[in-house]
Amino acid sequence: MIKVPTLAELTAQGKTPEILFWVGCAGSFDERAKKITKAFVKLLHNTGVSYAVLGAEESCTGDPAKRAGNEFLFQMQAVTNIEVLNGYGVKRIVTACPHCFNTLKNEYPDLGGTYEVIHHTQLLKELLDGGKLTIETGSYKGKKITFHDPCYLGRANNVYEAPRDLIQKLDAELVEMKNCKAKGLCCGAGGAQMFKEPEKGNKDVNIERTEQALEVKPDIIAAGCPFCNTMLTDGIKNKEKEGEIPVMDIAELIANAKDL
Amino acid sequence: MIDFIPNVLFVILLVTAVTIFTKNILKIKNNIYLGKSIHRNDDKPERWKNMARIALGQSKMVKRPVAGLLHVVVYVGFLVINIELLEIIVDGVFGTHRIFAPHLGGLYNALIAVFEVFAFLVLVSVIIFWIRRNVIRLNRFWKNEMKGWPKLDADLILYFEIVLMSLFLTMNGADLYIQTNFPTAEHYLQAGSFPVSQYLTPVFKGMALDSVILIERAAWWMHIVGIFIFLNYLYYSKHLHILLAFPNTFFANLKAKGGFANNPTVTAEVKLMMDPESDPYAAPDVSADEPDKFGASDVMDLNRVQLLNAYTCTECGRCTSECPANQTGKLLSPRKIMMDTRDRLTEVGDNISKNKGVFVPDGKQLLNDYITAEELWACTSCNACVETCPIDIDPLSIIMTMRQYLVMEESAAPTDLNNMMGNIENNGAPWPFNQQDRLNWVQDL
Repeated sequence: MIKVPTLAELTAQGKTPEILFWVGCAGSFDERAKKITKAFVKLLHNTGVSYAVLGAEESCTGDPAKRAGNEFLFQMQAVTNIEVLNGYGVKRIVTACPHCFNTLKNEYPDLGGTYEVIHHTQLLKELLDGGKLTIETGSYKGKKITFHDPCYLGRANNVYEAPRDLIQKLDAELVEMKNCKAKGLCCGAGGAQMFKEPEKGNKDVNIERTEQALEVKPDIIAAGCPFCNTMLTDGIKNKEKEGEIPVMDIAELIANAKDL
Repeated sequence: MIDFIPNVLFVILLVTAVTIFTKNILKIKNNIYLGKSIHRNDDKPERWKNMARIALGQSKMVKRPVAGLLHVVVYVGFLVINIELLEIIVDGVFGTHRIFAPHLGGLYNALIAVFEVFAFLVLVSVIIFWIRRNVIRLNRFWKNEMKGWPKLDADLILYFEIVLMSLFLTMNGADLYIQTNFPTAEHYLQAGSFPVSQYLTPVFKGMALDSVILIERAAWWMHIVGIFIFLNYLYYSKHLHILLAFPNTFFANLKAKGGFANNPTVTAEVKLMMDPESDPYAAPDVSADEPDKFGASDVMDLNRVQLLNAYTCTECGRCTSECPANQTGKLLSPRKIMMDTRDRLTEVGDNISKNKGVFVPDGKQLLNDYITAEELWACTSCNACVETCPIDIDPLSIIMTMRQYLVMEESAAPTDLNNMMGNIENNGAPWPFNQQDRLNWVQDL
């Protein structure tokens, strides 16, 4: 049983964690994404990182509201969250959701919330480089893994290498899709599309992306975003490959390899 | 006296061309200034660097190597051959011929040789461009928004360039023929080196001096008049990018692409709401101006950089070809967003000039009459269009500003999104879960 500390508890004890883990709505509520949250928390414990979560004091960053055009709701969310974060004197934030990552990092400063924000693959890479995280190579040795760049991690924030470095450390064979990195194709969930039916067209974006992934014949599709994960998992189901090709978050790959 | 007629004619043409061009550029500037001001003057060194790298250095253009390389040839050719334009203008005004030759000596020959090589390479590249458009018919050149004028415009530019380069080479070839076969001909000095047009000289074989001079003069005049016409064609054409790419890259967003602009009108409202001192029942201040509109339904609601973007777009369609919505058959095309914005802006600008400086409502707006809600709602905000634009145009920011109008002014979001936003408002999550349950996932750790 792992005890996940909240910032309120630690503050009451007079302790200040080094980093706040921003779980995000998907990571808190979505059945699939909760597994990613748990895998990441296990890695945090395993590496002895001093962290805390906000728990019930966390609220949506406002990203989907802003992308849907509701700047008002976005700013209400942002101002409320900033009040909480600044109240605790938070300096550094890690999150497994590129949408939270982007919003906290790039859109909160204009409203008075300036923090160092990193994606969980960046923290894991940092822990790896600092010798705190060891990556067991056995279980994925020689497996073909393709990485789907989340738009809000890649193009939006130019983070392309941290997730790839981690995959390579698993001793897996990293295979790139025809559209990758800056040219990566969206999964179809961004811009609040996750919460609505797609406009009419001749195909769904997640199917197109899944087909690109299947072209490189991977054993595993790796993702770094809970929404991409959902979209690609749906794509794989549509192609009736759900037993064969799992869609996994990088944190899950590393935690599984460590048998956590 | 009659000797001066060509000089006078030339000066009249030159002044007319430059005057009309300046007038049109000012019109564009005024139209751009119909937009809201935006602070993009920070970090000037980085802005100059961005311009040097992307506009001058074509760094994003070459990411697609075939089109990129051909474009670099045409672009460098354009810059280099413009040096020769300087001599042509001086010659035209003073009735001289190759006035720089005696001053530059061997360098002059080298320069003319370089101009010729570039003229030839431009000719070849432009023909390949034409083939890509009209024979290979690359998909992105044949999308819906390219029908009619945009297609004709693209072809006209290529024809212009083919004609101009051919005239330039013809003029040089005739000159060389006169220099070699009629060394004593008045006005024509022995100058220049002609690695390309030397192959044209057999055409003039057997012609009398007068005829060759006529061809040389005709080519010279048609070339320069062609350039004057082309200069003034820019205003009506996507070809404006040759100028506007520079300010456009200078004023581009230099921050992380994922950070969408903060809407200050909304911030003011939010601050007021959160202020415990403010009186919620206070009567509205009647003296205050009408509050700013949230988002954009027409071009005047957009900012100046967004409007500059629209004029700068050269309709290459890289954005549309990378757009996940467009690739999967949705109505959205980022290129069309830019073209619509430009066309509407031109319409509004013309309306204002016709009505003595005031915009008379024409019952139209950018939203619905040009860009439909269906297009706006198809965007995944993935930034592929912004990433790929060779000159840093940002169609996404216009889409997002217009969505703000749809949602905050018209409450016209799709039902699913209204549900999502209701959930955020009530539970702090896009789904109907209780905020108090956010930590429930720890239970089975």
